[in-house]
Amino acid sequence: MYTEKVITEFTNPQYVGELADADGVGEVGSPTCGDIMRIYLKVEEDRIVDARFQTFGCAAAIASSSMATRMIRDLSLSEAWDLSNADVVDALGGLPAGKVHCSVLARDAVRAAINDYRTRRGLEPWEAGPCECCGGAGCGSHPENG
Amino acid sequence: MDHAATTFMKPEVIAAMAPYFSEHFGNPSSLYRFAAESRQGVETARRQVAAAIGANPGEINFCAGGSEADNWAIKGVALANRERGNHIVTSAIEHHAVLHTCEWLERQGFSVTYLPVDEFGRVDPADVEEAITDRTTLVSVMAANNEIGTIQPVAEIGRVAHDHGVLFHTDAVQAVGAVPIDVERMEIDLLSLSGHKFYGPKGAGALYIREGTRIESLIHGGGQERGRRAGTENVPGIVGFGRAIELATADIEGHNRCIAAMRDRLVRGILASIPDTRVNGHPKERLANNANFSFRYVEGESILLLLDAHGICASTGSACSSGSSEPSHVLLAIGLPHEEAHGSLRLTLGDANTEDDVDYVLEVLPEVIGRLRKISPLTPSCARIPEVD
Ligand SMILES: Cc1ncc(COP(=O)(O)O)c(C=O)c1O
Ligand code: FES
Repeated sequence: MYTEKVITEFTNPQYVGELADADGVGEVGSPTCGDIMRIYLKVEEDRIVDARFQTFGCAAAIASSSMATRMIRDLSLSEAWDLSNADVVDALGGLPAGKVHCSVLARDAVRAAINDYRTRRGLEPWEAGPCECCGGAGCGSHPENG
Repeated sequence: MDHAATTFMKPEVIAAMAPYFSEHFGNPSSLYRFAAESRQGVETARRQVAAAIGANPGEINFCAGGSEADNWAIKGVALANRERGNHIVTSAIEHHAVLHTCEWLERQGFSVTYLPVDEFGRVDPADVEEAITDRTTLVSVMAANNEIGTIQPVAEIGRVAHDHGVLFHTDAVQAVGAVPIDVERMEIDLLSLSGHKFYGPKGAGALYIREGTRIESLIHGGGQERGRRAGTENVPGIVGFGRAIELATADIEGHNRCIAAMRDRLVRGILASIPDTRVNGHPKERLANNANFSFRYVEGESILLLLDAHGICASTGSACSSGSSEPSHVLLAIGLPHEEAHGSLRLTLGDANTEDDVDYVLEVLPEVIGRLRKISPLTPSCARIPEVD
């Protein structure tokens, strides 16, 4: 049911672990199945110089968070903010329909980490627009949307 | 290591079935002599099944497997006894073939009590007694659970049901071949069976219906199975099912001893090498081939995939693997928190397993859990993580 890329990313995740001196940490949990994802960022001059993750969840969740940390390295914070879950899904060569919410979780964790960084700096957190995965219709990843 | 999901077919079973695909393909309902072989094949199987559970051949009704048998027993009894009452007593840990059938009946206006179980997954017969009202027509409690392997006090539950004049159904799909069944001694009125759990074919099963039990048919049409279950018989499937149950019940004790020894070594080895692990289910009253664990800090689907990468098949009660939003109802019913239900792993041994397989799991599993714990944010930094190279 998973693509080769998902399996490879899941079995050989590269940037696992905690960053002790992280500048921003984002933790999100999916209300769908109670899984937890944490992303750590090291930021220099508005650029992500290091990103790590820790995930309690299924193979799709682990692969998505691993792929997300890979993709946001060397991006500016605003570029990383714009990373969509669809970008993660594409990079993984696709996810089964029932697993798309795991990639949304990865995107949300990245955004939570960026906002944590901004808040620590005394900046306003950025606002997320309507979810592009469900257009606000409810993909199971936004409890406020049901 | 996933024999509770299904089993391979024994060569003896395949051999018994083979002629019924080619030479003896007649329709058992046809009158000419050519069809007699098919008819005899079916009737031999009926005797084999009856002998395995202490029933009369006339009380064995072939159908398409465990799910159909459960549906038939519950809907059939509920509908046929509607004027006597509309209440059913069952347990919270039944297979979905029972639970979803009961939920459907609730939508049709029946009422159902889902009894809780203790931390080991056992139903208390006293709770059954308490739940029975003068509107109760059926008690349905499984003989052995498919996830955690807990064996229920079937005879006591049968006694309680009969003391109150209520019919008793048990889903024995997982129990046959592992628990000696005697429908007389255990006071069972209806019992579900499925061939593919004991080295027989898939899509072949039976419902035992005690002589004189009031029950409606589920499948209407021709007069097969003495008018109780229409449809031309799955003759090869039935023949294989009969041969398989005969083999599976020939030496239950010897078979259990051998499988339990392997299972116990597996459980001891896992507990010794992987900290923060619990064993789910009953310490003694459990199927000899069943081991069920919860590994803290990790999720079951990811365990399955890493095991699969090593060629090991297993199953889990995690929501992430079933695509539903809730982890296994059985694990929640025995009181596991969501997180530990998510980290569950079921290993079920069978006749294909050897001591080498146990060694192999003991070699691979600690590494798999260790690897996932390294990825998990829940693993406390002080937790002892098994060595990973
Ligand atoms: C306890 C129990 N009941 C019913 C079934 C369903 O049987 P079948 O697959 O033959 O429909 C199963 C099999 O998964 C089972 O384990
Ligand atoms: S984390 Fe539960 S389905 Fe992906």
